[in-house]
Amino acid sequence: MQEMEELVNKEYKYGFVTDIESDSIPAGLSEDVVRLISEKKGEPPFMLEWRLKAYRHWLTMKEPNWENVTYPPIDYQSMVYYSAPKAPKTINSLDEVDPKLRETYEKLGISLTEQKRMSGVAVDAVFDSVSVATTFKESLSKVGIIFCSFSDAVKEHPELIKKYLGSVVPSTDNYFAALNSAVFSDGSFCYIPKGVRCPMELSTYFRINALNTGQFERTLIVAEEGAYVSYLEGCTAPMRDENQLHAAVVELVAAKDAEIKYSTVQNWYAGDKDGKGGIYNFVTKRGKCAGDNAKISWTQVETGSSITWKYPSVILLGDNSVGEFYSVAVVNNRQQADTGTKMIHIGRNTKSTIISKGISAGRGHNTYRGLVKVGPNAANARNYTQCDSMLLGNQCSANTFPYIEVKNTSSSVEHEASTSKIGEDQLFYCKQRGITGENAISMIVNGFAKAVFKNLPMEFAVEAQKLLGVSLEGSVG
Amino acid sequence: MLEIKNLHASVNGKEILKGINLTVNAGEVHAVMGPNGSGKSTLAQVLAGHPAYEVTAGEVIYDGVDLLSLQPEARAQAGIFLAFQYPVEIPGVSNSYFLKTGLNEIRKSKGLEELDAMQFLKLLKQKMQIVEMDPSFINRPVNEGYSGGEKKRNEILQMAVLEPRLAILDETDSGLDIDALQIVAEGVNKLKTPENASIVVTHYQRLLNYIVPDVVHVLVNGRIVKSGGKELALELEEKGYDFIKDEIAAAEVA
Ligand SMILES: Nc1ncnc2c1ncn2[C@@H]1O[C@H](COP(=O)(O)OP(=O)(O)OP(=O)(O)O)[C@@H](O)[C@H]1O
Ligand SMILES: [Mg+2]
Repeated sequence: MQEMEELVNKEYKYGFVTDIESDSIPAGLSEDVVRLISEKKGEPPFMLEWRLKAYRHWLTMKEPNWENVTYPPIDYQSMVYYSAPKAPKTINSLDEVDPKLRETYEKLGISLTEQKRMSGVAVDAVFDSVSVATTFKESLSKVGIIFCSFSDAVKEHPELIKKYLGSVVPSTDNYFAALNSAVFSDGSFCYIPKGVRCPMELSTYFRINALNTGQFERTLIVAEEGAYVSYLEGCTAPMRDENQLHAAVVELVAAKDAEIKYSTVQNWYAGDKDGKGGIYNFVTKRGKCAGDNAKISWTQVETGSSITWKYPSVILLGDNSVGEFYSVAVVNNRQQADTGTKMIHIGRNTKSTIISKGISAGRGHNTYRGLVKVGPNAANARNYTQCDSMLLGNQCSANTFPYIEVKNTSSSVEHEASTSKIGEDQLFYCKQRGITGENAISMIVNGFAKAVFKNLPMEFAVEAQKLLGVSLEGSVG
Repeated sequence: MLEIKNLHASVNGKEILKGINLTVNAGEVHAVMGPNGSGKSTLAQVLAGHPAYEVTAGEVIYDGVDLLSLQPEARAQAGIFLAFQYPVEIPGVSNSYFLKTGLNEIRKSKGLEELDAMQFLKLLKQKMQIVEMDPSFINRPVNEGYSGGEKKRNEILQMAVLEPRLAILDETDSGLDIDALQIVAEGVNKLKTPENASIVVTHYQRLLNYIVPDVVHVLVNGRIVKSGGKELALELEEKGYDFIKDEIAAAEVA
């Protein structure tokens, strides 16, 4: 099995740094810093109040340590909480975006110029702490869809923000969510009015650039009655020797008959092969099926970060509502992932599906942690969980922690789990048919993850498959 | 075409092949028979380059090159095909994608143009018809959930698509119904050209009614103890392996 242990020496493709002048505040966190961030963003008083409440609560909280990952203590005072590329105050058209920034996104495969935009996909580009551009804003607004940076939303749609911000993930929810609520700098806001089917994929592309800067963004997506939206999130960061914290919050609200599909292709810098550097990705993602027949589906492909710690969850409040979680998590070298989901069944006939595929290589640690909770009123609730782990080599590990709490006799919860080793025999079989080692590994792994990939929007499924190949490149000698 | 000289191989430190000598010329079909556990599959796997087997002595020359120095994929690209005794399942990977990738890598290594999806599908369908496989197998995952016979038939399909120069069939006839047996035989016979060769490992003389071997070898305890014409297979079927073992014992005493 030696050839499988010689893992990943492939360069991270997105590890470059953009040399751009930025407006940063000094490192450290205090009430003054929270006020300063709010002031820099020109926020209305309600927003500042909300942040301060979160900050004061955060001070009373302790960093959690129950997750199955290890890392040195994070020094919250050495971190910079706000960094924005210096830019003219107002930008009238996307073509006025700083060319260096445009170039950065171009290199990442995201075009922000008016002529060359990805057809059929609207993008909100977030660079360090702020949104630098949002495409297709106007054409979307014609059908009543609001798609803009969080900062703009706070100013232009305060009534919606007041109503929905923190309605799914309260500012006091957990340590990192509270921290995010206090200092979040930007993110995306998306509102689909009643009965509207969003005509294109919406996406946010997160890019961390500045050194020693934490990225704390928020995404809020609201789908009103009967609305539909498919949303994609992509992320990359430069290669740096220092760890950087990314503590985001994503809230989804689906009203009656509405559907939200949220897909993530997470490719933050994972650190080098000895585990130096990389992003700590500590994220709170939760959706609420607020009305009857609502549906929320999370699909994630987690290949990056040195530590991933997240549980995209669904609160199934409305009757007949549906929650789905499809996940592929890959760890290689010294990466650690503790990820999974929570499905909270409250309404009647609610249904949830969890498909988790964990792939461990190198000295990676991969943990699936999932909670299925069925409340006393959730008559006929159904859950199906399938949790498969694949190991490449002998130095990696996989763990599964399923938690099940059922307070209702008419419901059914099914759990299947498997662990397989990518067999020398499978690999040999491929090679015997002329398929070279790296292609063989990527074929076997992609086959393993297929049940998840098929839930991604087409273009991204192809991307994700390639990414998986790249993440595991070098797994074969 | 293939020359095996004094080949010794072990697995987990245990010697299985104890000095195999075997020469296969282009245009020939060789049958290898022998009791369970005698090392037939080991020989096949060693020729294909399975990493679990360690070659401790001897050499194998294939088309003038040192076969043992080649990676398994390079051997496949050089025209060596092994129909596995126990075909391996690859969940989530469709038969057509798997085979197309293999064929194109082999073509690429020969400097041939790769087939596009349409061209490949056409070829695949044509070959499937020959081996009488249902088109539903095009998109089914490789060997996953196939019956024993279907797996074997799938090996033959792969052989038909990849058109190897040296085909090694390891008990491809086991578990096949009569119709399938004929298909396997046809598959081998089609490959029988003056440039190609096959090594057919089998327990049953029945197959050899359809594939007429030029030479039959008997492998016992890691050595080829007897070689002969096709009548040897008949004799084995009639008398079992004991008569050979007795012969050897007698020879050793003398
Ligand atoms: N990976 C392995 N680990 C341990 N022993 C092995 C391994 N592979 C083969 N052997 C042993 O080597 C011997 C020869 O096995 P092999 O599969 O080559 O026999 P065979 O002649 O093909 O038998 P059959 O007719 O049953 O297919 C057997 O005793 C077998 O148990
Ligand atoms: Mg055998």
